[in-house]
Amino acid sequence: MLTIENLSFQVPEGSREKEIIKHLNLTIGDNKFVVITGPNGGGKSTLAKLIAGIEKPTSGRILFNGEDITDKSITERARMGISFAFQQPVRFKGVQVLDLIRLAAGSQNMSASEACQYLSEVGLCARDYINREVNASLSGGELKRIEIATILARSTRLSVFDEPEAGIDLWSFNNLIQVFERMREKTQGSILIISHQERILNIADEIVVIADGEIRKQGKKEEILPEIVGTPAAVNVCQSQRA
Amino acid sequence: MDQIQKTLLEEVAGLHEVPAGAYNIRANGKMAARGTTAHIDIVSKEDGTGIDIHIKAGTKKESVHIPVVLSESGLTEMVYNDFYIGDDADVTIIAGCGIHNGGDKDSKHDGLHRFFVGKNAKVRYVEKHYGVGDGRGKRIMNPATEVNMEENSYMEMEMVQIRGVDSTFRSTKADLEAGAKLVIRERLLTHGSQAAKSEYIVNLNGEDSSANVVSRSVAKEDSYQLFISKINGNAKCAGHTECDAIIMDNAKISAVPEITANSTEAALIHEAAIGKIAGEQIIKLMTLGLTEEEAEAQIVNGFLK
Repeated sequence: MLTIENLSFQVPEGSREKEIIKHLNLTIGDNKFVVITGPNGGGKSTLAKLIAGIEKPTSGRILFNGEDITDKSITERARMGISFAFQQPVRFKGVQVLDLIRLAAGSQNMSASEACQYLSEVGLCARDYINREVNASLSGGELKRIEIATILARSTRLSVFDEPEAGIDLWSFNNLIQVFERMREKTQGSILIISHQERILNIADEIVVIADGEIRKQGKKEEILPEIVGTPAAVNVCQSQRA
Repeated sequence: MDQIQKTLLEEVAGLHEVPAGAYNIRANGKMAARGTTAHIDIVSKEDGTGIDIHIKAGTKKESVHIPVVLSESGLTEMVYNDFYIGDDADVTIIAGCGIHNGGDKDSKHDGLHRFFVGKNAKVRYVEKHYGVGDGRGKRIMNPATEVNMEENSYMEMEMVQIRGVDSTFRSTKADLEAGAKLVIRERLLTHGSQAAKSEYIVNLNGEDSSANVVSRSVAKEDSYQLFISKINGNAKCAGHTECDAIIMDNAKISAVPEITANSTEAALIHEAAIGKIAGEQIIKLMTLGLTEEEAEAQIVNGFLK
């Protein structure tokens, strides 16, 4: 499904180059639920952006279903079947929730009731939201759920979520876990989530720990989770609320 | 009416056929059709310069369409229309002007609309401007509007100009008595080498009068926009003006909000923002499979909706 080969990403820092991702190799199999975790600043979000095409690697290759997508644009990758949920969802003045879901589904004729199903799946009362603008009047938690609804509407082979828990309240977080649990059961495709949350790690098939741009640990949840519980790579929700 | 005029009519007034309610259709400087109702009368001014629209007191849920279309290149006209809206009336007025200029001479429609809104009356006014045609002649519109609002009246004005008008200076002036409320929503898109100037002057004269003037605009290519909004608070009142603009390519935009309080009880706010489309908005839509151009068009359409 997704193969990352010897991927590096550098950014200029003063007079020298700083390595954010260092010769990273990773394979994500079909229909897998993989969570990437690790300390802040370790390169997790950068890796997600490299997969979506938002950042371009310095060297290395990314293969999607066997095809080299390293030089493909964001649009091309999206059309090939890669979805990306932003850590901080973008706001649009004038664009309604319905517009965004229709764009995501690639169907301008999608009925409002069909679009509402996606909102219901993320725990939003669809009737109250479908005609709202995706603007500053929505709370962080609401935006996050709408963002996830757009990914559900796309229903692609690979869905990448960049810290879905960031910026949402505890109540929303509990719902979020349920959303991912349902996705895990229903979705025909692979799910890749960047997260620190123990409860999200707990529903993974595989866990990958990234620090300093390198993979430190990788394996089945049953093997990895016991090793990292209590470290910043796997905080429980109460700890993160205090932090 | 020919096909070009019919198309213009559909663009500016959404009309496919003779509308329900009262109407006056002006085509190439002459009256093309008129209809009145038991409560709404339309009469030509004696000197032939325009029309008077009389809406009887208490008229409810009726509409007036007064579209203007110009399809003859080089035609220049100045029209004076006066609207007398009786006390307690509740009506919708659809105006609009479409110019098709296929020739090399400038076509110009200037107009002065005056509204006299009676006590407790409620008016929704929609004005759309549209230009088309591949001639070298310019399509010019300079609409002036004066609004006089009596006690506790309400008026909502939607002013839309999307594409095709080469040069426009729209001036809107309103005076509000006690308890009157005015809401103005302007939508503007300029492109090519178009220039658009839009000026609003609102005088909140009566106690508890209020106004909300909101403009959303997009300037593309080499176009220029100037937005001026002045609200004068002369009593206990509430006024808000907001200009939100997207700038693209080599366009230029000026926003000049001005609020003046002549009473300690006047509460006035102005907001103005000009900026390009945020890069992350384009990226988000690209992750949904849109191209950069499609994403940009989608953002602009949503913004002006």
